[in-house]
Amino acid sequence: MEFTEEQLKRYSRHIILPEVGGKGQKKISEAKVLIVGAGGLGCPVGYYLAAAGVGTMALVDNDTVELSNLQRQIAHSVKTLNVNKAESAKQTFEALNPDVNVVAIKERINSKNILGLIRDYDIVVDGTDNFPTRYLINDACVMLRKPLVSGAILRFEGQVTTILPGEGPCYRCLFEEPPPPGLVPSCQEAGVLGVLPGVIGALQATEVLKLILGKGRPLKGNLLIYDALGVNFRKVKIPRNDNCPVCGKDPSIKELTDLPEEYCSI
Amino acid sequence: MAVKVKIPVPLQRLTGGREEVEGTPGTVISLINDLDQKYPGLAERISEAGKIRRFVNVYVNEEDVRFMKNEETEVKDGDEVSIVPAIAGGGVFCRKGGW
Repeated sequence: MEFTEEQLKRYSRHIILPEVGGKGQKKISEAKVLIVGAGGLGCPVGYYLAAAGVGTMALVDNDTVELSNLQRQIAHSVKTLNVNKAESAKQTFEALNPDVNVVAIKERINSKNILGLIRDYDIVVDGTDNFPTRYLINDACVMLRKPLVSGAILRFEGQVTTILPGEGPCYRCLFEEPPPPGLVPSCQEAGVLGVLPGVIGALQATEVLKLILGKGRPLKGNLLIYDALGVNFRKVKIPRNDNCPVCGKDPSIKELTDLPEEYCSI
Repeated sequence: MAVKVKIPVPLQRLTGGREEVEGTPGTVISLINDLDQKYPGLAERISEAGKIRRFVNVYVNEEDVRFMKNEETEVKDGDEVSIVPAIAGGGVFCRKGGW
């Protein structure tokens, strides 16, 4: 595809970068990214990817916008209260950049629908708020060998990693299993600084663009931990686990299952 | 010089809000049990029956102890130990779920 005058202007600050150029911008415009969760993380990830001109972006969320979301979920507004979050974010992103084809998927992702949902996309972004979905997305991405950019936040701390199945460790190599219900505080008890998902989401969006462009080193085999209060960025190594139940040598997880619901009330 | 131990945000309420505390050299598990004397409840959240819980990782100078000697991994003066739990909050509306 050829860029129009308007597009050349819109993406000029990208195109002028030797690492991007016209070729890189074309890759961005042809990329298909699926974001699970149009909340704290999904909003900034989608916002920046829309601005960058990602060709197709799917947003998966079955929740509706509530007033308490607006402290951090920047794609929504008082005008979209009670509107489905994927739909609300789609309106915002399309207003920012009509080049982007935003697909709003108003479903809760589960073991039955996930493979069908992610199959046609190049990169998956995890912006979910619970362990069952986090493990499910990991397992599905390993099975379909989809690159996955994972982010998580709590209070003043965030974690980011990029999972390249077949090349590096997966989320289960990092944390073998989710915490049992009842051992950790809920989000409502714990709270989150509104800007924190902005920082973590921007890091995720950066990883996505690097993967699309094939530039730089992806955050593979490392977990980046951001501590907002102490202003620390730390990286720890994630070795590949040969005994990993999903990507190890003799995987025990061969099909997808949903964790019991009580895991959701952690 | 002691061992520097990075405490993750969810456990900082046990350390009086401190993100970094000092520990005694030894093994990873002796370090954790020792910290529990000063910060009761810490060991129980990180370990169970002397084993590190499977949703918590412990790193000595960025290396995951699961790929060294696990609980018996040695920690020396000047080492930096990080305790990193799995977190899942995306900041989206917490149904019953997430944190």
